[in-house]
Amino acid sequence: MDWQLPEYNLRMMLPEIFLFLWALVVMTFDLVTRRKEGSAVGYLALVGLLITGFILSVTGYGCGFTTMFFNDPVSLFFKIVFLGAAFMAIASSFGIIKQKIVNHRGEYFGLILLSTVGMMFLASSNELLSLYIGLELTTIPLFVLAAFFKDDKLSLEAGIKYFVVGAFSSALLLYGISFLYGLSGTTDLVQMKINIAMTHLTYKNIGLIISLSVVLLVAGIGFKLVLPPFHQWAPDVYEGSPTPVAAFLSVGSKAAGLVAFIKIFLNGLSAFYGPEMAPNDWGRLVGLLACLAMIVGNVLAIRQSNIKRMLAYSSIAHAGYIMIGMVAMNKIGVASVGFYIFTYLFANMGAFGIVAFFEDKSGSCQIASYSGLSKTCPLLSVSMAVFLLSLAGIPPLAGFVAKYYVFAAAIKAAGVDTAYSWMYWLVGVGLLTAVFSLYYYANVIKQMYFSAESSPYRIRLSAPAMSVVLIGLIGVFLFGLYPEPIMRFASKMSLVLGLIQY
Amino acid sequence: MDFPILSSLIFVPLAGMVVVMLMPKQNVGAIRWTSLIFSIVPMLTSFWLVWDYFFNHAASSVMAYVEGPYSWIPSLNIQYYLGVDGISVPMVFLTGLLTAVSILASFNIQVRVKEYFAFFLLLEAGMMGVFVALDFFLFYVYWEVMLVPMYFLIGVWGGPRKEYAAIKFFLYTLFGSLFMLVSILILYFTSEPHTLNIMTLIDIGPTMSHSLQMVCFIFFFIAFAIKVPVWPFHTWLPDAHVEAPTAVSVILAGVLLKMGTYAMLRISWPMFPEVLRTLSFWIAVLGAIGIIYGALVSMAQKDLKKLVAYSSVSHMGYCMLALAAFSSVTAISGCMFQMVSHGLITGALFLLVGVLYDRAHTREIAAFGGLGVKVPVYTGIMVLFSMAALGLPGMSGFVSEFMVFVGAFGALNKVLVGICVLGVVLGATYMLRMVQNVFLGEFDMARWGGLKEINLREIISVAPLAVLTILIGVYPKPLSILMSATLQNLVSLMAR
Repeated sequence: MDWQLPEYNLRMMLPEIFLFLWALVVMTFDLVTRRKEGSAVGYLALVGLLITGFILSVTGYGCGFTTMFFNDPVSLFFKIVFLGAAFMAIASSFGIIKQKIVNHRGEYFGLILLSTVGMMFLASSNELLSLYIGLELTTIPLFVLAAFFKDDKLSLEAGIKYFVVGAFSSALLLYGISFLYGLSGTTDLVQMKINIAMTHLTYKNIGLIISLSVVLLVAGIGFKLVLPPFHQWAPDVYEGSPTPVAAFLSVGSKAAGLVAFIKIFLNGLSAFYGPEMAPNDWGRLVGLLACLAMIVGNVLAIRQSNIKRMLAYSSIAHAGYIMIGMVAMNKIGVASVGFYIFTYLFANMGAFGIVAFFEDKSGSCQIASYSGLSKTCPLLSVSMAVFLLSLAGIPPLAGFVAKYYVFAAAIKAAGVDTAYSWMYWLVGVGLLTAVFSLYYYANVIKQMYFSAESSPYRIRLSAPAMSVVLIGLIGVFLFGLYPEPIMRFASKMSLVLGLIQY
Repeated sequence: MDFPILSSLIFVPLAGMVVVMLMPKQNVGAIRWTSLIFSIVPMLTSFWLVWDYFFNHAASSVMAYVEGPYSWIPSLNIQYYLGVDGISVPMVFLTGLLTAVSILASFNIQVRVKEYFAFFLLLEAGMMGVFVALDFFLFYVYWEVMLVPMYFLIGVWGGPRKEYAAIKFFLYTLFGSLFMLVSILILYFTSEPHTLNIMTLIDIGPTMSHSLQMVCFIFFFIAFAIKVPVWPFHTWLPDAHVEAPTAVSVILAGVLLKMGTYAMLRISWPMFPEVLRTLSFWIAVLGAIGIIYGALVSMAQKDLKKLVAYSSVSHMGYCMLALAAFSSVTAISGCMFQMVSHGLITGALFLLVGVLYDRAHTREIAAFGGLGVKVPVYTGIMVLFSMAALGLPGMSGFVSEFMVFVGAFGALNKVLVGICVLGVVLGATYMLRMVQNVFLGEFDMARWGGLKEINLREIISVAPLAVLTILIGVYPKPLSILMSATLQNLVSLMAR
């Protein structure tokens, strides 16, 4: 039999391979130095991320393993987000490794890097099984990281909870994938798109199975994206995990979920979108979940007294806003999803970073303990206020432009046909709940600024900590005032997906 | 290229904010004077703008000193586009003047001086931006940017219930603005080619479908009405005014409220004339309720500042009444006159109430009496402005109210306008009662024997307002000429 090796084209996978090896180097380095060089391990991890970024920039577009592994604008865009999230998470971990994680620094940083490798792999995979593997490689290190404070009950609870929920959601996802495979006979997304459409045209009654797999896939990815009703794990896990890990979860893991969603739904199942496809229409199902996310996240965040739980609920709400852009299913929509997660990276990692630095000093995550902070740490308080206002969507910060972009996508989609006018409701819910969101973000600002007494804590930022704050500030201001380059980059993504360019 | 004079109005205060933030916080005196200088520069610029506009541009309704449109975010067709005409020049003038006056009046702020002045300059940049922006996105950005410093100024330096008042103001206004955002996006996607240029959209507006016009108009109306504030959206105002520090109240009453009416005249009125015709009666009704309700509630107030705050609701009601009579140039000029004169008079009243509060540490009307004996100069100035507020002929308040009524009587339901005239009588009642209770009558020597007279700095900050109030009252013609061409054009747009 004439059998030919597939063309591996390993060069395309160079960034992932390098980062994987670097993760091993980081762990080994910690062992070799007999676990004494705390900060050095962290710096080593940061350097690794920078080199990976460099390699990524020279790799270019292309594909490897025949058509399994794609480097296209979608993957490149999200890989930058993943690297950024990992960089800021690691840079905000230096306080924790000094105080709490004394024995396993190598593993701590190594696992973050490994999880990043998983996300990057996921972003490039163009095939359901490798996509699933990427998702697993993303989450399994995160289970360990969530439980990293092994003497802390809350952290252990977070780890177990995340593990159980994560495993369950992966199973759902896999189940959904198996249906798709059964219908199309392939796991390749592009081929699957064609095959399923053909099957659908030939046999009119495949509806139920498609519905079932859509529901399963939405649930599976919904857990990663913290879309209600699959969100209950998030506040507990965020509260218990080490703060930088929670930050990484909220941005990195969410971005991974988004890219999986884009690949499976916007690409693979794009034929099953729109009211005429009912009951298989995933658009309205996801739209409903987005609505729920905005309501649940923004309303429940109001009552939180722990800032990490508050940010967890806010991250649920933001997942809802992002999904508005997703279900708009047009060129602006996909671009707005990318732009949103990109700006969310800066604002949210910045805010979580400051929570981490404050926790290092005070040991507290209560919002009330931020009282009077503006008097002792003016720079930190201003930065926190800026990050929170950006999350609330106040111009001219990046978060506002992102929200504007998402709503623009929805209103554009709604105006095309009356069948899509339900998107006006999405916009309406989004705007009303944005008012709620301002309340709880402003609550933190109120604590920091409006109190007459000054805070007992005086925080001095280390160099990496400073870099987190500065990167966040620069991102939030720069992409608020000059979002054009990122918008242009993000709108390239829709070209790959072949969306209708209306 | 000419000197970008309008941008300088926005960016000089911004630069001032940066400079103030970089100064050491112990050096309180230097911070005060630096911020005063950085607010005097745009004030002088705005004076020059009025002068130059009057002589060179007032004859036509075309936008003057136009900057741009420069492409800012091409992906969404967002442009940097500034320009002024006869309705924005007076507002720019008012902003420049009142900000400088307020900063001078804020020299007695003792806590966190540096942050206070930094926020104040940011506030000025935002307000100036609203009055000169001609791109919707830009307009919205300035409209919102201003909320943040306002939130801090009320929340940090305010009175006992400052936290409640600050967040209420922030949430209320944000709630309104988000409606505006939806309208902006609908307009953007309806226009072909997509644009956010306000001038172009004014041309396109009447060609849209009726239902969309109605939706956009109502959404804009909610956003702007909250700012004005039109009854029943006014409830944030008394809280914000009472808790805010003096200078912030001045800005709130003098400039922020005008943004609502300005935006109506600039955007939604000429853009959707058809809807305006349908709804004008109801807008007039809201205006009338505002006039009467504001005046009645003012009469019941025990707190001096709250009295002035509710009188604002009443006075802005005249603006709404005039705006409802959109077919009359007289009414619309009356609205503009009322905006300017209310800014001057109420600004001054808040300053004066602040002067008294600084000394007496109470604003309760019943606590005073016969102050005319002890502080004659202060009494004189306060009575002057009270008379101006109740519409005494010879001062700007009379001119504007007269024009509003003359215009509205011809254009609107006569019974409704007749009811509104009652508001003037009620206005006289609460103002005169306040003057009587505070300045006349028995003087409590034991309690107020140590009360100090108004000082020079405070007089300097009130003096320009007094001069202008009387000037406009006696000789309103220049202001009227300044605006007439633009208003003629607006009225013809609204008659489409």
